[in-house]
Amino acid sequence: MKLAFSWRALWRGTAGIIFLVALWETFARSGMFSQALTPPLDKIVAVGWQLVLDGSMFRNGAHTLGRVLLGLFLASLVGIPVGMLMGRFRMAERFSLPLVSVLMPIPSLAWVPIFILWFGIGETTTILVVTYAATFPIIYNVWIGVRAVSPLWMRAALSMGATQRQLFRKVVLPGAAPYVFTGIRLAFGRAWIAVIGGEMLANPAWGLGRVIFDANEFLNSEVMIASLIGIGAIGLFFERVVFQTVENRTVARWGMVFAGRA
Amino acid sequence: MRKFLGDALVLGAPFLVLAAMWEVVARSGVFPQKLFPSLEKVFVTMIRVAGDGILWTHVEATLIRLALGFLIAAVVGVVVGILMGRFRMVEDVFLPAVSAAYPIPGLAYAPLFVLWFGLGNLPAVLLVGVASCFIVIINTWKGVKAVKPMWLRAAAVMGARERQMFWKVIVPAALPYILIGVRLGLAQAWRILVAVEMLMSVDQGLGWMIFGARQFLETDVMLAGIAVIGLIGVLLEKQVFARLERYTLVRWGMLTA
Repeated sequence: MKLAFSWRALWRGTAGIIFLVALWETFARSGMFSQALTPPLDKIVAVGWQLVLDGSMFRNGAHTLGRVLLGLFLASLVGIPVGMLMGRFRMAERFSLPLVSVLMPIPSLAWVPIFILWFGIGETTTILVVTYAATFPIIYNVWIGVRAVSPLWMRAALSMGATQRQLFRKVVLPGAAPYVFTGIRLAFGRAWIAVIGGEMLANPAWGLGRVIFDANEFLNSEVMIASLIGIGAIGLFFERVVFQTVENRTVARWGMVFAGRA
Repeated sequence: MRKFLGDALVLGAPFLVLAAMWEVVARSGVFPQKLFPSLEKVFVTMIRVAGDGILWTHVEATLIRLALGFLIAAVVGVVVGILMGRFRMVEDVFLPAVSAAYPIPGLAYAPLFVLWFGLGNLPAVLLVGVASCFIVIINTWKGVKAVKPMWLRAAAVMGARERQMFWKVIVPAALPYILIGVRLGLAQAWRILVAVEMLMSVDQGLGWMIFGARQFLETDVMLAGIAVIGLIGVLLEKQVFARLERYTLVRWGMLTA
């Protein structure tokens, strides 16, 4: 289901955005709220542009993104092996599944206060919370993915004399790959929420969540909205560009999923 | 009976191992007892706060907030989603906004909401509603879009009016998607509610209980709170939604159990 480009769709999309922007402008200038609370668009753009020019937007964005990526990496380091073991060995599954199903529904941000007590405010706590948020979607999806590898493929490989090692590398791993990707993608979404909450509650040195939180003290609603747009842009870029490209180049290319899936 | 005991042992074993590990760390003195209490202490604290009613007022406040926020998300999400799916105009206006707002984590709006609505209950509930409505909108919209045109044409040919078409064809056909959206919405609401309570300084609520306990180094209260939060999460997932699905989708034959 590839999205066909059409002028009509572009025009309609633009019209929608213009309509909403106009709505905001009328609202902002109507004086219903003070302009300090709902700044008009030109002010947001001006402040946002200034943040981009003095480099603080990039610096904060880089810190936030860095935390997410580090957390995602640590989560993969834990989650992929655990999920694989759970999918392959009955014993591992029996042991880990109850723990996972109890820990998974606890929102990662509930751990923030206790992590602060254990590790102090700042970087460690934020990254740990992000890691916690990202680990469970990865474990869960890898586990499902390994179990979803068709038994027929496994038996075919075994009867053709594959060793356990070959079976794992040539059949299980590629077979589970689409699920692993789904897991990492979901984990990114969760990590992205956790990092903002973590930055607000645990106060690490830089970061977009921190900027929004601090701007509250100075009634800087332009900075808040500009940073919100920055957060959205990074999130959208990762979701649509980075993950889509990685998926197209790997699992789609190997024929494990249909390319260009919406 | 014997089999039951065996199952219980298999299910309980991982928790016993984890508990044992926790106890070893707690009693070894690597961390001060105050920061890393023994399970016994956590358990006693849990009984205490449950006994004198503190826990229940917090649980109640959190659940009410969750219910209200989720209600906003579900109603707004389903209505907007259906309108977007049915009418081109609405889709054109809302789709860019929804796709732009969707990747922004709801929590990022928290300070803005504080600025607009002050601290307390109103912004907390609104924020939970706003943060979890997008996923409901998107799933509902997809569901309405995915109704087979053949069914619509068949109903039209047999003389269905607009209203019948809506209730008898579109709603049942889109329902699996809508329920997935609602379910994801509830999960989302639950995930951020605890943090929202910490940020909005509401006067009661589990998130606030945990956050407040930090000031007095009451690690046992915090751990008891986290345990209760986990328990509510499991119950929401296993009880509320599994049931809802059984009563509607499976019964109507849209999905096999």
